[in-house]
This record gives sequence, structure tokens and C-alpha cells, in this order.
Amino acid sequence: MDAVFWSRLQFAVTAGYHWLFVPLTLGLALVMAVMETLYVVKGDEFWKKTAKFWMKLFAINFAVGIATGIILEFEFGTNWSNYSWFVGDIFGAPLAIEGILAFFMEATFFAVMFFGWEKVSKRFHLISTWLTGIGASISAYWILVANGWMQNPVGTAFNPETVRSEMASVEAFFEVITNPVAVSKFFHSVTSGWITGGVFVVGISCWYLLRGREKKFATASALVGGAVGLVGAGAVMLSGDISGIHAAEFQPMKLAAAEGLENGGRRVPLSIVPGIEVPGMLSVLATHDIDGYVPGINDIINGYTDGDGNVVPSVAQKMEMGKKALAALAEFRKLKDTDPAAAAQARSVLEENMQYMGYGYLNSPEDVVPPVWIVYWAFRVMVGLGMFLALLLAAAVWYAYKKNLYSKRWLLWVAMLSIPLVYLCGQAGWIVAEVGRQPWTIQGLLPVNVAISNVSVAAVKTTFFLFLAIFALFLVIEIRIMIGAIKKGPEVEPEN
Amino acid sequence: MDMSYCFLQNYWWCLISLLGGLLVFLMFVQGANIHLVNGALSPLQKKMVVNSTGRKWELAFTTLVTFGGAFFASFPLFYSTSFGGAYWVWMLLLVTFVFQAVSYEFLNKKENLLGAKGFRIALVANGFLAPFLIGTAVGTFFTGSDFIVNRSAIMDMASPVISTWGNGWRGLDALAQPHAVLLGVVLVLLTTILGALYLINNVDDLDLEGKMRKTIRFAALPFLAAFLGWTAILLCKDGFAAGADGVISMEPYKYLHNLVQMPAVLAMFLVGVVLVLAAIWYGAFTQRRRGIWFGGAGTVLVVMSVFFVAGFNGTSYYPSFSDLQSSLTLANSSSSRFTLFVMSCVSLLIPFVLAYIVYAWRQMDKSRITSEEMKVNKDLY
Repeated sequence: MDAVFWSRLQFAVTAGYHWLFVPLTLGLALVMAVMETLYVVKGDEFWKKTAKFWMKLFAINFAVGIATGIILEFEFGTNWSNYSWFVGDIFGAPLAIEGILAFFMEATFFAVMFFGWEKVSKRFHLISTWLTGIGASISAYWILVANGWMQNPVGTAFNPETVRSEMASVEAFFEVITNPVAVSKFFHSVTSGWITGGVFVVGISCWYLLRGREKKFATASALVGGAVGLVGAGAVMLSGDISGIHAAEFQPMKLAAAEGLENGGRRVPLSIVPGIEVPGMLSVLATHDIDGYVPGINDIINGYTDGDGNVVPSVAQKMEMGKKALAALAEFRKLKDTDPAAAAQARSVLEENMQYMGYGYLNSPEDVVPPVWIVYWAFRVMVGLGMFLALLLAAAVWYAYKKNLYSKRWLLWVAMLSIPLVYLCGQAGWIVAEVGRQPWTIQGLLPVNVAISNVSVAAVKTTFFLFLAIFALFLVIEIRIMIGAIKKGPEVEPEN
Repeated sequence: MDMSYCFLQNYWWCLISLLGGLLVFLMFVQGANIHLVNGALSPLQKKMVVNSTGRKWELAFTTLVTFGGAFFASFPLFYSTSFGGAYWVWMLLLVTFVFQAVSYEFLNKKENLLGAKGFRIALVANGFLAPFLIGTAVGTFFTGSDFIVNRSAIMDMASPVISTWGNGWRGLDALAQPHAVLLGVVLVLLTTILGALYLINNVDDLDLEGKMRKTIRFAALPFLAAFLGWTAILLCKDGFAAGADGVISMEPYKYLHNLVQMPAVLAMFLVGVVLVLAAIWYGAFTQRRRGIWFGGAGTVLVVMSVFFVAGFNGTSYYPSFSDLQSSLTLANSSSSRFTLFVMSCVSLLIPFVLAYIVYAWRQMDKSRITSEEMKVNKDLY
């Protein structure tokens, strides 16, 4: 196992770990902002106490989220140095804008929200609480602009002088920030965070009800949290549908892997689990047309003609063109200062084949196939759990609204035990998105083995196990502190 | 070169310098946490220190993240070369900040496994290491580092990495460069003083205030000696000059020349030094509490002028001593013109961001932290 493997593992573990905390931040931020708004509007101290309790849990979660976010930023440079040069012109801008627009908003107003109850006015405090959540959401948008560009690299051109992708015009920037993949990913990710927040709040509220504690608090929390989660569930389904269309258009291999579809065609069935299929359904989901063409893994490897009659070359042909592009790039760089005419000729060959330059690095056509079983099952876990959680939230909201949630003990148990499931669902979603695009760091342009830093295996292994130990330690502590805070409940004074 | 492109590169170096200056100023958080090792402080005073810095640490942390993000965005070749090369330095810095980020929240929770002492040690370690490592890393802007940049490597299937580090120490080799290390020491001492000035301003406790003033008196001389020593060496040493054709060469007294040839930068440097000296004077020998603002303004000015000396006037800001022509300049390491332009438009929002930070800060600091608050307030670290 080489440095690429360990760097990938390190980044995957860091990103997956980070994604344990971000969705709860996004979801709880909205839940407690709604609760504090009720406090300000109604003037009822009950809602203040309720909001403050969830803020306490938010703060515990927020700290670890911040701690792990900075690791990702550093790892772009430390472990993926070629990547950070190759895409810095595009990726760096959203990252910098995220810092200027979102991070400072979160950091500034989090401090006001947490410490400012007795220091600032009620209205300013409420604005601060909303701005903390809005800051987190803006942050998500910009990082997903960067991620969306990696999945669908629009608005940029490769510059052989600098050997990187660059923004070709100011308009290109708007193309990057309105990239349809980024927009659908943003809504999908943020609203899935609302589900996480909703299930978390409902689950803990149900624990109180099972113990016969904090009945009013728990019922009210379940109603607000469940409603936020339910709205999130609706938005997730809608954005998920759009994401499916985008995958079919921009990353057909990811879609084929997610469906375990070896051979495609028209009226392609949707696999529920191996052996159970819904006829024509995948064509409907992927193209919104039952006769829509969906390529399978073998079609993509061997080449196919898509639904609009366009001929898509085989991977072997793309590899050939990619190698031509790389050779032309080498020629261009060798001759650019000594023989401008020959360099121009090389540049022309490069531009003709540029679209497939990344394929030039592959060793065999099968390299473009991600680990199918991981993507296939992760997709089923995500969708299956997502649908289950949506039903759960609907039931919780209904009974909380009817004020008899406490009497539905089966639901209280199911809701409480579902808290880990919402995390599993979120992790599965990221596995589909990120494992599904392997072997590409940037779709079609830069495979992971070229995006790497020149760091030794021993160095990356050391930091991998170091971070693994730190993550495990923080997770255990976080869960222990959360459980301690939940056991104390909203009525108990927090410790000094 | 396109003049507007050149302007944008310089503009972004100014922003990087400003962020660098603000970061060093905001590291009063780290400096104040260093005082947690001061045995003269009572447990209550240590609690006040933690709760005082606990309301500001995120600003310093966020500034670090934005500083890194801005570097990535505007000078990505620096990001890929330095981060991918000086692996251990950045990883060490990262780990100290990761622990700092959770320490406040975990510190006094009985479920925290490591005990309050464990996380207090993490805060102190971050207090020492963060300014030291950042200072040493910036110090290499003037001493050079051991790396090679070869853009054509990306066509090499066997070894496609563009920036490679020349030795296995991966950035720890900077510790063998006394001039770079000295800047790390300067920053530790400076942030210690800034931390004391901040606590004098933010905590209403006469006993703590007296102890902080005493600390400033102890730290002032070593700080001045280290700072003047570092500056003297800088002005006397050969520097990495970049010609109009991009060719890098060694130039005797390059950084002295830069200061002389950029009188505005020299003035900025001198005004900054005077302000820091005034802050030390206020903190050590008067009863005034506003020294932190003089110290902060002075720090920002000095750090900005140091960055200007490193990057402007035909200078390589991240030089390679193993391959001079691999050295990074503002011209050869920046993002494209369009990216810099777009980000420059976004940067116009910075005054707005600073305004709401200042507003929120003033709202939160209208009343100073008191021992009474530590007893009655429930929202504490």
C-alpha cells in the first residue's frame, strides 16, 4: 500500500469524521433558532430554557466540527500538493470566500449566542443565533461549490504554461458558483443536516418521555425538531432526484456503480436489492423518461451511443487521446521558449485531446470503475434509511402535535434508537458521492495518483494513526459529555 | 506582464499581509494561555484567563483558517510547495490547533477522560507552539527552504509531483536555521506580552492585573533583544532578489535595500515598532489598560511591513536555497488574473466583516470579566 492509499484513507477518515458533526450543526442551528424566535415572539421563558438546552449540545458538537474542519484544509496542501496547485485557481477561491463570508460570521456570532444572554439585547441575541446557523450554511455552500467543481469541472480551461486549470473569464466564476452539481449538492447536504438535527432532537426528547421526564419540554422539542427534520426530508428527496439526473449526465459511471448496472440501455430497471427490480424505473429516475438511455459499466468502458445519439468513446480510446494530450503537453513545454511554431502545433494537439487528459494517466480501462459493491450498498443504506427516517419524523410530529407522543412507547423507542441511523445514513451519502467518483480527484482530469504530494508512506501512515487516535478520543469524550448533559436535562443548572 | 495582473498580485499580497498581521495580533489568545503555567495565578484567576480567551479563540482560529485559505486561493504554488513539503511543521501546528479547538469545551467537563489538567496542558502547548511554528515558518521567507519546483514533472507517470522537498526532515529542517528560529522565539515573546495586555484590559481583577504587568516587565527585555537581533540579522544578510525577467539571484543587503527603497514600508515598520513599545510601556510601567490596542495596531503594522519586505520590490517571498530558480515570487506563484479579480471583488466585503466583528466584540466586552461572574454565570468554560 503506497502513499496514495494512505493519503486517501487519511482524507476519507477525516472527511467522514467531520461529516459526523457538520450535519448536526446545520440541523440544530435551525432548531434552536426557531425555538429562540418563539421565545422572543411569545415572550415565554419556557422557549428560552428549551433553546438554551439545545445550544449546550450544539456547542459541544460545534467544537469538534471546527477542530476537524481545519484538518481538511491543511490536508489539501500536505497530502494533495499536486491537486492544490492544479486546482488552486478554482478551488482556492471558494475556500477563501468561505473564510471571509462564513467562518467569521459563525465564529463571531457563536460567541455572542453562547455567552451573550446577559450581555446583549434579546433581539441582538436572536439575530446572532440565526447568523450562526446562516454562517454554517453559507460555509457549506462554498465548500460544496469546490466539491461540485471536482465532480463536474465547469468554467475552467487547462493552461499548459502554468500546468493547471484556470478560470478563463469572470463569467467562468459564475459558471463555477452556479454549477448545477454544486447547487443540488448544497441543498441535499444542508437539508440532510436538518434531518440529522430533527432525528437527534426527536430521539433525545423521546428518551426523556420514556423516562417520564420533562414532558412539556420534550414534546415541544420533538414538535419543532421533527418539523425541521420533516421539511428537510422533503427537500432531500427533491434534491436527491435532481442529483440523480446530474449523476446520469455528468458522472454516469457513479450512477452505474450505485445501481450495480453492468449493461445499460433503455427502460432500465431500478435494483431495490439484488434480485428485486422495478422495471423501467432507473430510466425514469435518471432521465425522467421511461425510454431514457442509461449506460452500464460495460457500456462506459466499451463506448456507447447516448440517448441523444451522441457517440461516447470507449475508455481505451479516451486513454489514447489522454496520452496524446500528455505527450503534446510535454512537447509544448520543451519547445515553448525555443521553437514557437512547433510549440503552437503541440498546443493545438493538446487542446484537441485535452478533454481526456486525465485518462492518459490510467493503466487500464477498468481503472475507471469505482468499488461497485461499496457504492451499491451505500446507496441503498442512504435511500432506505432516509425513507424510514422521514416516516419516523412524520409520526413524531403528528403525535407531538396531538400532544400524546409520550403514550406511543413503541415510537419513543424507535425514535431514540434511530439516532445512530441518521449518522449512518449521512455517512452512506458521502460514500456514494466520494467513492462513486473514484479514481478521479477531479472528474476526467486528475486521477488520485497524480493529485498526491511527494510524502513518504511512513509519514502519512504516522499522521493517519495519529489522527485516528485523536478522532477516537474526541468521539468518546464528545459522546460522554453529550450523555452527561442530556442526563442532567434542561431543568438542571449547568456545571460551572 | 499585464499591469492589472501585477496590481492584483500585489493587492492580494497586501491582504495576505493584513491577515498575517491580524493573526499575530489575535494570537494574544495563545499568549494569554501561556500564562496558565504561571504558578502565581490562583485557580480562580486561571479560570478567568480561560473564560476571557475562550470568548476570542475562535476569531484567532478563524483568522488562521482564512489566512491559509487566502494563501491557497491567491498563491496556490506556495500552498502546494510549503504544505506538501514542510509536512511535519504543518502537521504539528495542526495538531496543536485541533486540541485547542476542543479544549475550551472539554476542559471542565468531568466526562473528558484527560481531566482539566490534560486540556489545560493542550491550551498551553498551543500557546507556545503556535506562535513558535508560525514564526519559524515565516522566518524561512528570509532564509530559504530546501525544495524544487518542476511543473513539467506532471507528465512523469512515475513521479508526477510538481513540488518536492529536498530532505527527509520535511520542514523540521527549519529548526537548524537560527534566523528562522529566532523569529519563532520573537513571536512567542510578543504573544506572551500581547496576552498579558489583553488580560489587563479584559479581566477586572487588580491582583491578576499586577501579575500581568510584572510578566510584561520580565518578558519585555528578552523580546526586545530577540526582535532587534532578528531585525539586525535581516538587514545585514543577503536576500533573494527576483529580476524583471523572473531570474532569482542573491543580493547583498537585499532586505535593507527593500526598506530603504520602500519608504512607506519603512515608516510603517517604525510606527509599528513605536506602538508596540508604547504598549509595553503602558503595560509594564503605568496603570493604563488600553495597551493591547497599541500593541495590536503596532503588531499588525510590523507584520505587514515584514511581509512587504519579503514579497515586494523584486523579492522572492518563498525562496529555495537548493534551487534558486525554483524560488516563489508573487508573479510565478499566484492564481490567474481572473481568479484574483473575482476574489478582489469579494474582498471588498472585508470592511463589513471587520465592522460586525468590532460591533459584536464591543457588545460582549462592555463589562469586564469579574470573579463574581465566575461564581454566578452558568455559561462558562
